[in-house]
Parts: sequence; C-alpha cells; structure tokens
Amino acid sequence: MAQQQLEHVADLVQTGTTQGETIVRFERVRKAFGDLVVLDDLDFEVKAGEKLVIIGPSGSGKTTILRVLMTLERPDAGGVWVDGDYLFRVEKRGRLQRASERHVARVRTKIGMVFQHFNLFPHMSAHDNVAFAPNKVLGIPKGEAKDRAKALLESVGLGDKLDEKPSRLSGGQKQRVAIARALAMEPKVMLFDEVTSALDPELVGEVLNVLRELAHNTSMTMLLVTHEMGFAREIGDRVVMFDGGRVVEEAPPEELFSNPREERTKQFLHAVLDRT
Amino acid sequence: MFTESVIERLADGVWITIQLAVMAGAVGTAAAIVSGLAGLSSSRAVRWANQVYVDFFRGSSAIIQLYWAYYALPIIDRDLTFSPLQVGVVVLGLNMGGYGSEIVRGAVQSVSRGQYEASTALSIGGYQRMRYIIFPQAVLSMLPPYGNLLIEMLKGTALVSLITLADLTRVGLDLRQAGDLSSASAFTALLVIYFFLAISITFIVRRAERFARRSMGLEA
Amino acid sequence: MWEWQVVWDSLPALWKGLQVTLQATFWGILLAMSLGLIFAIIRRVSPGVVRLPLIGVLEFIRSTPLLVQLFFLFYVLPNYGITLSGFETGVVALGVHFSTYTAEVYRAGIESVPRGQWEASTALSISPVQKWTRIVLPQAIPSVIPALGNYLVAMLKEAPLLSAVTVVDVLGEAQRICSRDFNCLEPYTMAGVLFLAISIPASFLARRLETRFGPTTA
Ligand SMILES: Nc1ncnc2c1ncn2[C@@H]1O[C@H](COP(=O)(O)OP(=O)(O)OP(=O)(O)O)[C@@H](O)[C@H]1O
Ligand SMILES: [Mg+2]
Repeated sequence: MAQQQLEHVADLVQTGTTQGETIVRFERVRKAFGDLVVLDDLDFEVKAGEKLVIIGPSGSGKTTILRVLMTLERPDAGGVWVDGDYLFRVEKRGRLQRASERHVARVRTKIGMVFQHFNLFPHMSAHDNVAFAPNKVLGIPKGEAKDRAKALLESVGLGDKLDEKPSRLSGGQKQRVAIARALAMEPKVMLFDEVTSALDPELVGEVLNVLRELAHNTSMTMLLVTHEMGFAREIGDRVVMFDGGRVVEEAPPEELFSNPREERTKQFLHAVLDRT
Repeated sequence: MFTESVIERLADGVWITIQLAVMAGAVGTAAAIVSGLAGLSSSRAVRWANQVYVDFFRGSSAIIQLYWAYYALPIIDRDLTFSPLQVGVVVLGLNMGGYGSEIVRGAVQSVSRGQYEASTALSIGGYQRMRYIIFPQAVLSMLPPYGNLLIEMLKGTALVSLITLADLTRVGLDLRQAGDLSSASAFTALLVIYFFLAISITFIVRRAERFARRSMGLEA
Repeated sequence: MWEWQVVWDSLPALWKGLQVTLQATFWGILLAMSLGLIFAIIRRVSPGVVRLPLIGVLEFIRSTPLLVQLFFLFYVLPNYGITLSGFETGVVALGVHFSTYTAEVYRAGIESVPRGQWEASTALSISPVQKWTRIVLPQAIPSVIPALGNYLVAMLKEAPLLSAVTVVDVLGEAQRICSRDFNCLEPYTMAGVLFLAISIPASFLARRLETRFGPTTA
C-alpha cells in the first residue's frame, strides 16, 4: 500500500527550476575547524534537477559541505552560489560584500535538509512537524498547510500516523516524517546527510523507497551523502568522490563504481564494498 | 483556642498569602524568562545588564530590600509610595526571577543543537524558533527546579508580615499578641498551613510535569 | 533629602550590626554543616522506622518559612524552660533550617561514592566509624563543596531576619535609627550597601567554587 501512495510524492513536489542549468556552485570554498582544514578551496557545481551523490571516507568533510549549503556553517573563504545569489555575500557596485541576515534567510528558503538523526520536533505530532513551518514561516493559512502536510505524509506512507508524537514512531517512520517536513517547504535543492545510517537495517528500505521515488519522479535537485553504494548507483546522475577537503574524482555512477581512475577512489570503494 | 473567629482570621491571612504568592509567582516567572533569555542574548550589553540584575538579587537580602522599598523609597519621592502588597509582589517576584533566570537559561541550553539546526533548515528563526520550538522543549527540564523555586518564594512571603501586610504570618503574630492563641498553637498552626500550601505547589507542579511529559510524547 | 551627615552618623552602628549579622551567619553555618551531616548519615544507616519520620521532619522544616520557625523557637521554647537570647535563637533557627538543605547535599555526595568502595570497606572488615571517616566522607565531601557554598551564601542572605526577634543586627540598627530619628532613607540604604559589600563577593566566591569543583550536584 505504501508503494502505491508513494507515487503521489511526485505530484506534490514542484521545484520550478529549469533543468540542466547550474543551481549550486562552490567557488574555492575554504572551511577549517581550528587547524583542521575540512574544505580546501573546494570547487564544484550541481545542475538543476541533478541527483548528486557524495561519497568519501569518514571525516572527509561531506557533512560540512551540506552544512555550509544549509547555512549551518559559514565558510572561511570562497563563495557559495545558489540559484542566482551568493549565500553569504551580496554584490554591490561590482564588489562582493558580507550579506545581511535577511539575505541569508531569503536564500536559505531555497534549500532543505534531512538529517542523519532526524531532528524532529518531539513536542509536535507528525502532522504538526510537517505543517508548522509552512504555516508560520511561509504564511500559508493553517488549514491549507495542514491539508498539504496530510497529503505529504500520506505520500510517504504515514497517513495513519498523523497524530503520533515522534517518540512513538520507528526510526524509518521518523525519517519519512523528516523528509515530508523538508519537502513541505518546497525547496529547490534538498540535502540528505546519511539519512539511513542511524536506522536498523530492516528499516532502511522504506526510507530508500521514498528517496527513490523523489529521485525518479521529480525535478528536485538532490545532494545525497550516503554509504549505500548500490542505491547511489541506482539513483545518482553523478557521483563525487571526496577526500581531504577536495574532490578526488567525479563521474556517472557506472563509470566511477566499475572503473575508478584514481587510486584513492579504488582504495575507498574496496574498503566500503568489502565491508558489505 | 481555635474559635470560629480565629479560624476566620487565619483564613483571611491565608487568602492574602495566596494572592501575594500568585502575583509574585507571576512576576517572578516573567522575570525569570526574560532574564534567562537575556542571558543568552547575542548582545553583550544585554547580557551584561542582565548579569547585574541577577547578581544584585542573588547577592542581596530580600528582607532588606523589602524594608528599603517600603520605608526608604517613599522618602526619595512621595510618588514612590507603594502598598505593602505591591512592594511584596515586586520584591519577591524580582528575587524569584534572579534565581529562575539560571533555571531558564540552563534548560534552554539543554535543548539539543539538532533542534536549532532543524529550525534553521526550515527557516524558523529568531522569535519563532524560541517561542515554538526551543522553549516548549525546555519547559520539561525547568519544571522540577521551578517547583522548588516557587516553594522558596512562598516561604519568602512570610517576610511581608514585617512590613505590615496582614498575611498569614502577621495574623498569627496578632492572634498571639492579643492572647487569642497561645504561642505554641499560633506558630504550629502557621507552620502546618504553610506546609500544606507548599505541598499543594508540589502537587500542581507534578501535574504540570506529567502534562509536559505527555506533550513531549513521553510516558507520563 | 539625602544627607551625608546622617550616613556618617549611622555608619558606626550599622557596622556593629553587620558584625552581629556575620557572627550569627558564622555560627549558623557551623551548625548547619554539622547537623546536616549527622542527618545525612542517620538517613543512610538507620532503619525505616527512624528514617521515614526523619525524612518527613526535614521536609517539613525545609518547606516552611524560616521567619515563622524563628518566632516558634523564640516564643514557644521558653514555655518548656528553654530560654535563649534572640541571637542564640537566631543561630539555632538558621542552623536547623539550613541543615535540611545541607543534609540533601551531603546525601547526594554520599550516594555518589561508588558501591565498590562500600563493599571493599566491608570486605576489609574496616570498622563502621572508620568506613565513614576514612573511606566514604573523604570521597563524598569534595564533590559537594560548590552546592554547600551556595547554601552558605543563602544563609548570609537570610541572617538579617534575626532582627525580627530583637537581635540588633545590621537591619536592627537601621530600624532603630529610623524609628528614633525619623531618618529612614540613609540607614536602610547604607544597611543594604554594607550588606551587598559582603554578600556579592561571597556569592562570587561560591560561583568560583562551582566552576572550580564542577557543577552543583544537589
Ligand atoms: N564543529 C566542529 N568543530 C570541530 N571540528 C569539526 C566540527 N564539525 C566537523 N568537524 C571535523 O571536521 C571533519 C569533517 O567533518 P564532517 O562531519 O564534514 O565529515 P564527514 O565526511 O561527514 O564524516 P562522516 O562520514 O563520519 O560523517 C571531521 O574531522 C570532524 O571531526
Ligand atoms: Mg557526516
């Protein structure tokens, strides 16, 4: 039944972007925590509608990339460009200047994120978790926001859990609520940070199904950090191998997985695939 | 002994004490929230001003404040003459706020970083984030120490008897003075009534705690 | 309105009163620290018939106003042939009232001593007295110092209550001047200022203890 409902996710998600144009661009982005350089003059681009998979060893900075894009971290240098604007800077008389919090807030609405540990609001029902921000932030009337939230939750197979508090949901259900919650804000770019790695193995499938549905049937731009290589191969348009704060190699999944060029990538894939 | 009129007068005193406690509790709660949040402000000036408030009230004696506000303040300016009840409400409330401040601040800080980050990811910022996301989650960890604080405040209400307010303690003193009650029965009665009021506070706060736990989806 | 002459004239008396306040606090602290420790140990070692009533009494004292307890001791004890001065009554009231808090603090400290330590003491046949004085308390007390510090400051702040039972402490002196000369502004203000000059450093010190020895446990 869940499978059948999932097909509606696509109808509920509209992104309004032109496929194929650049929507996210990192320009020599640098980020260090103390002495540890996590992003080392990082450059890369994402096209609208693209499903980009980011892989790389632990501690290589994958999460940091997503967090910078979500404005949870501020880069030390470089520019992060999203759909026509720089995140932290504005152009004034041909020069880039530090942007106001208002500007950051405006650009931020184009991006949504799903976290490894869900971060649902524990004091709100699943329904309110999804309806809250559209109502309070976007100003959508409460009834309408609730209706949309209900439709979204139904589309991820949780129509019967509307009134449950997060503490009464399984990990897989929580993560599906979190996805619905992020989708409700209609972002143009969605970030997924190892969204299945905190789940019991038998619950991974239900979350991957939702992601698969989104990937195949919507024009949403998706950046996924994942260790699920089979899944990456299945839905990714492009895979970026990341290490030491830089892009080591990028290629379509077929190519990168079956025929990696870089030694570092080979080692990494070897280690990961051996484990599973 | 405990004639009808004695009991009636004690009841009047209890009523004054309850009114004072409820009003001072309201002022104290508001002050605690404002001060606790001010302590987390990004503005140094706000944090500094707040620290002065907290240090002053945590450092000074409520009874001296009461005397000062009731006897000295009107000398500075006649317009600053307040009724003992008003003085009691404000002084006890601000004292409670000075202690409650740290409770609120600590509880807000104990809400996990993930909640702030999820809010940011949904563009829920500033006031809305505090009002709807962070604060409601902090309430649960505030409640137990808040209950203790309310009891301390209730105990503090007895001080207003010294600035002539006819609260429970004052009534007890007067009854003893007039010979209506022996010292032993007068003060035993007071202690028992205060204890009962304190237990009632504990009971109410426990109920609130259960409610808060349930609304967080936890077992009650 | 504000007259420095009055300030100067009242300072010596207020200073004397402040010393009374500090003395009462000092003796009250000694009483509260020792009585609290005794209560905490009794609570730990005694059977239910003793423990439960003790818990009830401590709860009762902790939940009722110090001021009323002060009056109780001051006016009721003489009926039983115990006549204490206002100062002595005040020290007893402060000490007993706050011993109910320090008892909780010690209890938390005692409970934080790992079980293995108790078992080891038993296994080594250490006498009960030695177990407490050599093994348990030396481990329990350092961790509760910050929490104790907070209550000691609280006692200082409550000490001016003693003026309600005829003790001429810092507040008592101010009252005296106020009713004698009808100069109330300066003495009350200076009483507050003098008091703050002691209590604010004291509470800073308590907070230093807290950062030094870790967070408050009770
Ligand atoms: N706030 C922070 N303060 C200090 N160091 C940090 C902070 N956030 C991340 N780091 C460090 O930066 C490095 C990169 O972290 P990041 O979380 O981006 O790695 P990752 O590629 O997502 O790793 P994983 O696969 O383990 O999730 C790590 O060494 C991490 O310890
Ligand atoms: Mg990560």
